[in-house]
Amino acid sequence: MDVYLDNLTMEFQDIKAVDRLSTTIKDGQLVSLLGPSGCGKSTTLMLLAGLYKPTSGDIYFGEQNVTKLDAEKREIGMVFQNYALYPHLSVLKNIMFPLRMQKVPKKEAKERAIEMAELVQIGHLIDRKPGQLSGGQQQRVAIARALVKKPKLLLLDEPLSNLDARLRLEMREEIRRIQQEVGITAIFVTHDQEEALSISDRVMLMKNGILQQDSPPQDMYRNPINSFTASFLGNPPINFIKVTKTDQQGKYKIMNSSQLIHLAKDIDMGQIQLGLRPENIYITNKEDALMTGEVVHLETIGRDTLIRVKIDDVTIRALIDPATDIHVGERCHIGIKQEHIRYFNIENGANLERGNSHDGQANMEKHA
Amino acid sequence: MMDKPTWKSTLRAFLYLLPALLILIVFNIYPIIKSFLMSLYTDYDFYNDVVYEYGLSNFSDIFQDPNFIKAIVNTTVFVIGVVPVSIVLSLAIAIMLNSKIKALSFFRTIYFLPFVTSVVAVAIVWGWIFHSDYGLLNYFLGFFGIDPIEWLTDPTYSMPALIILSVWKGLGFNIIIFLAGLQNINKQYYLAAQVDGASAWHRFLSVTIPLLSPTMFFISIISIINAFKVFDEIFALFNGRPGPANSTLTVVYYVYQKFYEEWEFGLASAAAFVLFIIVFLFTLIQLSLGKKFVHYQ
Ligand SMILES: Nc1ncnc2c1ncn2[C@@H]1O[C@H](COP(=O)(O)OP(=O)(O)OP(=O)(O)O)[C@@H](O)[C@H]1O
Ligand SMILES: [Mg+2]
Repeated sequence: MDVYLDNLTMEFQDIKAVDRLSTTIKDGQLVSLLGPSGCGKSTTLMLLAGLYKPTSGDIYFGEQNVTKLDAEKREIGMVFQNYALYPHLSVLKNIMFPLRMQKVPKKEAKERAIEMAELVQIGHLIDRKPGQLSGGQQQRVAIARALVKKPKLLLLDEPLSNLDARLRLEMREEIRRIQQEVGITAIFVTHDQEEALSISDRVMLMKNGILQQDSPPQDMYRNPINSFTASFLGNPPINFIKVTKTDQQGKYKIMNSSQLIHLAKDIDMGQIQLGLRPENIYITNKEDALMTGEVVHLETIGRDTLIRVKIDDVTIRALIDPATDIHVGERCHIGIKQEHIRYFNIENGANLERGNSHDGQANMEKHA
Repeated sequence: MMDKPTWKSTLRAFLYLLPALLILIVFNIYPIIKSFLMSLYTDYDFYNDVVYEYGLSNFSDIFQDPNFIKAIVNTTVFVIGVVPVSIVLSLAIAIMLNSKIKALSFFRTIYFLPFVTSVVAVAIVWGWIFHSDYGLLNYFLGFFGIDPIEWLTDPTYSMPALIILSVWKGLGFNIIIFLAGLQNINKQYYLAAQVDGASAWHRFLSVTIPLLSPTMFFISIISIINAFKVFDEIFALFNGRPGPANSTLTVVYYVYQKFYEEWEFGLASAAAFVLFIIVFLFTLIQLSLGKKFVHYQ
């Protein structure tokens, strides 16, 4: 079932938690809703679930306008951030609960619940109470409970945020496996960019209630629509430097510094902001160098070496080949391929190489 | 912090407990034991405090006294009349108050007033409300074409009048406790249940009731014990009489009559002891039922 959001807006007393959100979620896709805390992710999910009613705008499940439909009639499954398992019911009864509400005969409900428990690999725990389970186990129960009634749509609100790093990794793959096995349309809320990029077919990035960009993960990473998107994705984060155009063709001056850098692209603007991904930067010789600075920090974490290079007022982070012979305090030349440089409008942050089209709108299909 | 208990630490703890313990012993434990012993005095000279004979005849006497049987029946009717109504009503009001309504604290105060007002004042006011000629209650019933009822002088209606007063009197306390219980239930469970397809009624049955069961359990035990002990309301409402024709004679009232009006200390103590046993048994039954049905988080 496709899900269409049409100019969805949710206002609380004084704040617009969701602002004119429009998009289409294709049948069977896993879409991540990503953004900083307070950007309206949970609110969007609550609107989809029917637990909040929007101030304006419409929600369509397939052809049906469900904007005014109550949560209990929407046939969706939801996994809450803290799982919200009924504490007085056993795992089996928790999973059976949605079926009992649908008046499925007890025997059949039990069979289906057990089947679902097996799918999420908690078949051996069905007699326990939620209080006797670990975080990861509780999450599996919550997923089973959300899926058992064969919902049209699965909503997950930061389901991994209570788990430790290793378990998170494991569970996110698990969620992907289950989602694909069942073939359900799913919306996954997270504020962790890595999580979003790794498991989803598409990422929707929000900020202050406004959808910033809505595209496949790699696309969003390589081709951010604005400097916010660029800065939100990637770890270590993208480097920004401000440059001013000079009289010399293709030469730009780094702000608060005397260094000139060469840019292949000719942008018709006095000042621009450049984005350089740390992993694209390399150590090079004087001729090929974009900039020259002093290494002020060097650390090796696992297979990566991260350096910080200070060029007058700006500091640039770079991930370099660990084999490079370089030390703190030395001067070095850093380079980057011209096609890896991103150009942003210094005022509104727009990516200057992309049109001004809003991706959210681009993804909005017309429907009856 | 938790050290092993030693003689020294035990002694110290005991010293801390001593003041409360002393009061308990003097005013609770000692009277309980003493009244139990007194129930066994069959021949007693209370002028000189000499007991000539111990025995069980007090018990056989009260069970042959039609008034005592009547007191037990009346008390049972009272408990059955007050406790369930009071619990259901206060739960309903608590749920109403717990939903977002305007002037919430105003309503809380209104419902809590009876709890903090003296029984005597309450009874006087209700005496007026129940008045057969000028009372508000009969006035309201008049709208529905019901003839004036002699609430306080007709033996048929004195028990209902007492029950109405007691239900109203108990509401405030129960509502406050229920409200606290309701506010302890995480809202997420309601959202989850709603997504799971539960209607408002099913959310009440499957979330509110089970998660409120500890509160419900506490209130039912307290209410039953209190109802068994009913006395002041009767004394005040019927001006120091157990209702017309003994129609609201309860066990505690019976104890009072035997003790202060007839100076039959042995009989009074025996009746008190029987009441104690009844309440004790009820509480035991409730505790064992509670283990089965009450969910503690
Ligand atoms: N019931 C509410 N009443 C008033 N304001 C609310 C309510 N719920 C959310 N908000 C506000 O709406 C904005 C979006 O909240 P929301 O919970 O959707 O954020 P979020 O993206 O889920 O954040 P987080 O990652 O911290 O969970 C916030 O500014 C929040 O304060
Ligand atoms: Mg949230």
